[in-house]
Amino acid sequence: MYRETDIIQSADQSPEGYMIINVGPQHPATHGVLHLVITLNGETIKKVEPHLGYIHRSIEKMCESLSYRQFIYVTSRMDYLSAHINNHACALCVEKGLQVEIPERAKVIRVLMDELTRIASHELWWGAMAMDLGAFTPFFHAFRERETINDIMEETCGARLTMNYMVPGGVMHDIHPNFQRRVKEFIQLYKSKIHEYDELVTGNIIFQNRMKGVGILSAEDAISYGCTGPVARGSGVSSDIRKVQPYEIYDKLQFDEVLETGCDSFARYLIRIKEMNQSIRIVEQLIDNIPEGDFQAKTKAVLKLPKGEFYTRVETARGELGVYIVSEGGTTPYRIKFRSPGFSNLSVLDKIARGGKIGDLIAMMGTLDLVIPDIDR
Amino acid sequence: MKIVPVKKYISDVFGAIKSLATGMKRTMYYFTHHKEIITQQYPDNRNTLELPERFKGEVVMPHDENNEHRCTGCQACELACPNGTIKVIFKNELTPEGKKKKAIDKLVYHLELCTMCNLCVEACPSDAIKMAQTFEHSVFDRSKLTKVLNNPGSKIMEGVE
Ligand code: SF4
Ligand code: SF4
Repeated sequence: MYRETDIIQSADQSPEGYMIINVGPQHPATHGVLHLVITLNGETIKKVEPHLGYIHRSIEKMCESLSYRQFIYVTSRMDYLSAHINNHACALCVEKGLQVEIPERAKVIRVLMDELTRIASHELWWGAMAMDLGAFTPFFHAFRERETINDIMEETCGARLTMNYMVPGGVMHDIHPNFQRRVKEFIQLYKSKIHEYDELVTGNIIFQNRMKGVGILSAEDAISYGCTGPVARGSGVSSDIRKVQPYEIYDKLQFDEVLETGCDSFARYLIRIKEMNQSIRIVEQLIDNIPEGDFQAKTKAVLKLPKGEFYTRVETARGELGVYIVSEGGTTPYRIKFRSPGFSNLSVLDKIARGGKIGDLIAMMGTLDLVIPDIDR
Repeated sequence: MKIVPVKKYISDVFGAIKSLATGMKRTMYYFTHHKEIITQQYPDNRNTLELPERFKGEVVMPHDENNEHRCTGCQACELACPNGTIKVIFKNELTPEGKKKKAIDKLVYHLELCTMCNLCVEACPSDAIKMAQTFEHSVFDRSKLTKVLNNPGSKIMEGVE
């Protein structure tokens, strides 16, 4: 499986000075089937080599045989924590090809769902992050809020994780009559509980000591490795697609792009906590202002994209997701490519871990917020 | 080693203890406030568990009291399904006037292939199928997951085209 690759031969010491350990593919801290081959000198990390492919389902190839309505459901299985946002990106790309204008109501519902998903995703990350560092309680606190969002999703979209709610032309169902009330209840719950997050984790001295000054990623590296999302913003790189290239109604909303200049694990942690607050801000602006009207534009039963290439980018909870469709004019795409945020963010792991200690590796990996099915597809 | 001034050292120690105490206080709060715990005891709460009506558990075909369904056999669901989960099998029926008419014999549904995407329900022009709220699907034999959605001996409802 693992060959003694160039690192050992070209290393400045003899191979005897090194130890190679494997983390994963079945390891609770890798949050999925990620296999890391780590070269160590004592406790110091010399190299981290991720091995991928354990959960490769060939989603891009599968999409080539599915129609433009059908392929969207598969993308919920990529980054399953941002299922709505993945679906949204695909729907946007198809709409771009079809040149349909979607109703205002659908746009607002989509953005609301996206932001709720983002909060849910960051909640889960926060709980898992603390668990990576050995604190188990925060996980349950995070899940209390996340469950509330999941219940809202279940009521309106009919599923808790793989929703398949965004369809070309709008959304599949109208919002549930209870939707607004329950989202407002959630906002209240969130606001009354968010201070617990700081009490339990952010202010904790053990946590801070393990996060501050660890996993340094400079702004230059973040750019050259193609990092996006909270990973890039933790290094002060402005990369929020919602601001850089606004889609739907994001240009009309008031929210800030959160930037930190700490460049370390703690900065990346803070970004996500602050992003949740920004998402709450967006939800608050929209929840009472959902315009009346249709929730779906009229589209043909069989969708045919004109010959050409279409690309859309959206901001998922992990960074930039790009959907690239090449159409030959038929009912199925000729080629689909997804630019997933997790893949680029994972590639930076070797960079930030080198020279660090093995004990910090899991903490660094946690702050990258990796979702393995998103990386492998 | 960095040299830390004594004053800062002491304040750091107290700050650290304070931060740990804050966290412990929060944990103890929930230790003594059982009412705020929201864990649900599944499967003990099975009888009271209610799922929202849109929950996508499995595809079913509702029948009325005369054992009649609304499926015309148009195959729209079969075409809409991304996984080939649904197969419509036809038979020839005689109408009262003695003419031959095509009608569905079986609507075969492979639960093991279904991803609960709701596309078939959306596609059905006569609202013949819908999503049920069942979710306890595990069985010992895979063949039990292949279901026939229309009841045996069922007919199409009057007036559904
Ligand atoms: S829910 Fe989706 S996968 Fe299941 S039968 Fe309907 S279209 Fe097919
Ligand atoms: S269930 Fe609906 S879509 Fe499927 S064959 Fe019957 S009428 Fe047509």
